[in-house]
This record gives sequence, structure tokens and C-alpha cells, in this order.
Amino acid sequence: MERMATVKVANPSIESEFAVYERKRGWAALDLRELWKYRELLYFLTWRDILVRYKQAVLGVSWAILQPFLTMVVFTVVFNKALGIKSPSASVPYPVFSFAGLLPWQFFAGALSRSGVSLVGNANLLTKVYFPRLVIPISAVLAGLVDLAISFLVLIGLMAAYGIAPTWKALLLPLFIVLAFATALAVSLWLSALNVLYRDVQYVIPFLVQLWMFVSPVIYPIDKIPAGPLHTAIALNPMTGVIGGFRWALLGQQFPGGYMWLSSAVVVVLFIGGLFYFKRMERVFADVV
Amino acid sequence: MSDIALRTIGLGKMYRIGGERESYRTLRDTLVQAAKRPLERIRHPGAATHYSEELWALRHIDLEVKHGEVLGIIGRNGAGKSTLLKVLSRITEPTEGRVEIAGRVASLLEVGTGFHAELTGRENIQLNGAILGMTRAEIKSRFDEIVEFSEIARFLDTPVKRYSSGMYVRLAFAVAAHLDPEILIVDEVLAVGDGEFQKKCLGKMGDFARGGRTVVFVSHNMGAVNRLCTTALLLESGTVRARGDVHDITTLYLHGGGLSPSEREWPDLDSAPGDAVARLKSVRVLQDGCPAGTIDIRRSVVLEMHYVCLREGSSLMPAFSFFNDQGLLVFVSADFTHARHGAEHSRGVYACRCEIPGNLLAEGTLLVTAEVSTSYPAYQIHFLEYEAVSFHVADSNEPGSVRDGWGRSLGGVMRPRLSWEREFMGRAQ
Repeated sequence: MERMATVKVANPSIESEFAVYERKRGWAALDLRELWKYRELLYFLTWRDILVRYKQAVLGVSWAILQPFLTMVVFTVVFNKALGIKSPSASVPYPVFSFAGLLPWQFFAGALSRSGVSLVGNANLLTKVYFPRLVIPISAVLAGLVDLAISFLVLIGLMAAYGIAPTWKALLLPLFIVLAFATALAVSLWLSALNVLYRDVQYVIPFLVQLWMFVSPVIYPIDKIPAGPLHTAIALNPMTGVIGGFRWALLGQQFPGGYMWLSSAVVVVLFIGGLFYFKRMERVFADVV
Repeated sequence: MSDIALRTIGLGKMYRIGGERESYRTLRDTLVQAAKRPLERIRHPGAATHYSEELWALRHIDLEVKHGEVLGIIGRNGAGKSTLLKVLSRITEPTEGRVEIAGRVASLLEVGTGFHAELTGRENIQLNGAILGMTRAEIKSRFDEIVEFSEIARFLDTPVKRYSSGMYVRLAFAVAAHLDPEILIVDEVLAVGDGEFQKKCLGKMGDFARGGRTVVFVSHNMGAVNRLCTTALLLESGTVRARGDVHDITTLYLHGGGLSPSEREWPDLDSAPGDAVARLKSVRVLQDGCPAGTIDIRRSVVLEMHYVCLREGSSLMPAFSFFNDQGLLVFVSADFTHARHGAEHSRGVYACRCEIPGNLLAEGTLLVTAEVSTSYPAYQIHFLEYEAVSFHVADSNEPGSVRDGWGRSLGGVMRPRLSWEREFMGRAQ
């Protein structure tokens, strides 16, 4: 026996939508209202990314704890004990200092490596269904927030172990998380779109992430770097402001004033440029991917 | 536009040759080209700077579909059917012209888009529903219906990678069947799955059409198009050849030279049907060892396929499906013997031949679908080329055939020559 689901008759005059598709020339409008219409798809794709990641990894959630923790241990042994790099304030020991920097850094690095291949990895969706393509890199970046939350718990444990109490400044942490998110998304928009058009981008990303870390004050405090080209690179690096902001909010270290404004300005430029570049390229994604 | 659900005006889609699928480049190539270009300009002033050739997959398509109309789109491979569907579903942007759509649209170009093997049936229902455009509230309210329709309630919390292919397709279709758009755009999703499933699928689409909704349906199956659609559109090399009543259009297609030849070759391996495991090279219809478009009903006919195995150790199974000019699947034949577990191919070109005995087929045209798939460990299709070739079976009414001098019509989809016995049982009282 065949069971048929009930078919509801839709009245076209009610709730009718009217749409026109044609070639958009030049720099297409961003159409953020449409993106908002597809927020549930964004939710489901993020949820899928998170679910799949924790299902496939044998160690599951513990991986999100171990990875930053072991990195911190290595940093402490190599850079702090062997090479003598110190935390800028005596009240904050090096392990806590480096972990607070690793928190946004690993979120950023993870976002780049996931989103870079996100469009190509979802080629079957791009060629079979319409939705605003921005949903794909955004969900790839969003999925990293779970890891960030887990490592944040580890940091709380570390701070408790070293007897560091948070101050009122910790209430401003969400602002810096938003900045970290915007930075990661800004770069991801560029990388994901570029990787559709030029497949070698995905081989460049791990290398890029590695180099980028050395010009980010994760391992060392920024005031240890003498003025010069390296210092300029660090100052222009949008992650400098994010990492400084995390340490200020969580550990009460000096506010990275100038760096913060410069970083934020770079993020705004990268972000708006990335959005327009992505929108310009998105119309050929389905033909090329 | 009040009674028009969908309209296209001067629609065209152009691809640069090199193929839809191969047009991404490496960054290195682009950099090298960018560096070369000024040099070329100096060397050959006035020469065209673009090297690629333009290919119009669609051109000048003006089409109106009324609310409640069920339109079938037919045409040979490469006529532009899929491109038209992609433009209508907004997946790819038209190069010129425009599409106007009034109503909530859902397009179904494949069943199970976005299904993830690691996720459970329950999770995939939610994900796939969202991808097809359902809201969270809609998914929640239709969830039980979807589960019941799919008949997989027991396996709801099992990852779909452990499903049989039948269960997988049933679940995927169940989600799609519970979409509630005003305009439905459907590609050949009916091609997958077994006969039972296809029936269910067609039934569901029939319900949908009778419910007063607008359907645009692309298919190779003339039988399905005839049964489901009220009107049809015949595409030929990217333009509209004919548009009108479904029976007129399908007849025109089947008898108006729309058919494939009896011999086809795909000289370029990269663009031939197939994937990284196997690709199609050629298909031929042979009688008495020679290529033949029209064959004598009395003698056997051989279907020959050349394919390339690209992955060492694949266990490949070639198959042919034969459809008559009504779109009815007459029979399928696959080489099960050489595809059993352990029968691994080495890389290289293979020729396979399948012989159909004489005095078995009915008169008329047969359209042959060529397929190579892997049957072990999981069923996977490498290519499925609809209407790869076609041939005509002629009964010249000479001695030795089933007809054997019988001059009047003889129905049926097969015409086997069977043995008859007769004995005299005695005079009637």
C-alpha cells in the first residue's frame, strides 16, 4: 500500500513572491536582507559542521582541549624556559599569557583552514541548490566558536590554578570575540572565493597560517619587538588587536590602544573588500567549482 | 503577469569552452598569463586577446508557464535541458535575458542534496529540509509524516552511511516530497531507485500537479512526460525547437530526428561521461559484425561498449538498459558475472559486448542507456549515459521471423519467437 502525504493547495494570490533573475553587472549589491532570510540554513550548516567534526574525531571534544593545551606546554618549554621570553607583567605567568593569546589565534587559524576549502567542499550544494553563497564561509567560521568556548573553559581552569582573578574588564570580552570573528570572516571571504577560482590556494593556506602566527604576538609580548619592518607588520596585522584585547580583558594587561584602532581599521577594509569580492565572484561559483 | 508563474525573456547562457567543469585555473597559470599578455600585445598588435571559444548552451529562450501548468522539457543530451533548469533554479546566472518567477519555488535537481554520511537519518532530515528551503518550524511539523513516508523509522538514529541505497533514496525522497512550494522544478530524479520507488515518485508528482501547482519537469522518459505533463518543450542545441501539447511534442521528438545515432564515440577522455574511476569511450550497435542503425529482427544484435578503467582494482560492472519509443523500460542487462567480488580490473581500456538473440525484440526503435558502476562494496554509478545510442528493429516480413508472413499489426514490447506445439486430440463428438 502506498501512503501519500497530504498535499496542501497553495493559493498563489496569498503570500506570493515575485523574483527576477538576471545577470548582475559589475559590483553586485550585497543583499544582506536575503542573507537574513536564509539564517536557518546558516544555523543548520553550522550545526552540521560541528556535529560532523565531533563525530568523526576519535578524541571528540577532548581534542579541542588537548590541542591548545599541548601547544601552550610546548611554547612554555621552548620559548619561556629555554629562550627566556617572559610575560610582560609579573602577576601573569607565561603559560597563562600564551594560552590567552592562543585562544583567539587558534580560532582564527581553524577558521581559515576550514573556510578556505568550504566552497569547494560543498560543491554538490553549490551546483544543486540556490542559497546566498555567503552562508558557506560564514558557517565554517561560526563552527569554530565551539572550540573557542571549550578552550575558554581550559583558560578559566588555568587562571584558577595560578590564582588569577578576572576583573570587570572580562565583561567586555564578547566585544573582542566579535572582533576575532570579523577578522576571521574577513580573511575567509577572500580565501574561500579565491580557492574556487584558483585551486592552489588551498595549499597556500597552511603555509600562510604558519607565517601569520609569527607576526602575531601569540608567543611573545609585542613590546619586546624593536621598531622596524617586523614591528610595522605586527602593528598592521589585524590579529594583534584581537590578541591584545583578549589579554587585556582576561588578564588585565595593558590595553593595546594604538594597535587596537589600527587592527580594527584593517579588519574593516579587509571585511568590506572581502564581501564585495565574494559577491562579485559568487555568480560563477556554480559553473567553475 | 497574474496567471503566469514563470517567464523567461531572451534567456541565454554562455560558457567558455574548456568546459563547465574545468574552467578553474591555478593561480600560477593566471600569473604567467598576466605576465605574457603585454608581451603578446607588443608582438602581435591588434590580435584578439582572448583565446577561449564561446559556447552558447542556451540562447533566445522565451518561455511562459502558467500557474497550474505541468511542463515537460525534453531534448537530446547536450540540448541545454540541465542548463535551463540551473538557470531557472537560480543556481547559475544567465549571461543574457531574464527570468521572472511569481511564487515560492523549490527545485529538486537531485535527491538527497547535502546528505552527510556520518549523520543519522534524523539529522539528515533536518539538514536536507533546511537546504531545500523549509523553515525549522515546517521541518518540525512535517517530521513525523516524513519518517512515515520513508519507512525507515527503525533506523532513524543510525548514520546514513549504514543505510542500503534503497533506504537512502527513500529517505531523501521523503524529505523532498514534503516540500510545499507553488512552483516545483524537477530534474531527472526519477532515474534513480527501483521501479517501485519510481512509481511512488511519479505518483507524488502527479498529486502535486493535480493540486494545482506549477511543475517544470525534465526527463528522458517519454512515458513519464506523457503521463505527467500537459505541455512540453523540445530543446535543440540550446534553443526552443517546439512548444505545445505534450503528445505532439514527444511524438515530434521521437520521430523527428531527435534520436541518437547507432554509433557514438567520446574521443576526449576528460570530457567523456564518467568520473575518476571509469569513463565511457564508445558505444556501438553491431549486426553480423558491422555497425548498423537498422537491424534485421531475425538475427542477433550486439551492443558493444568501450570504457576506460582509471583506478587499479576497481570492480566494474557494465550494463545496458533498453527503452522503447514510448519511454518504457523494456529490459536491463548487466555483466554480473565479471563484476563479482574479487574480479578487479587493472587500469586500461575494456571492450564489453552483450548479445541479444534474434527474434526476441519487437519492431520499432530502441534507445540504449549505457552504464558502468561498481557493485562492490557499495553500489556507485560512474556514468549513466541516457540514449547513448539507438537503433531500429525492422521486421521485413520474410520467412524465419515471428511474423512469418503475418501482415497485420502485432502489439507488445517484446516479440520472442516461441515454440508452439499442436496435436490432434480426436474428432469432436
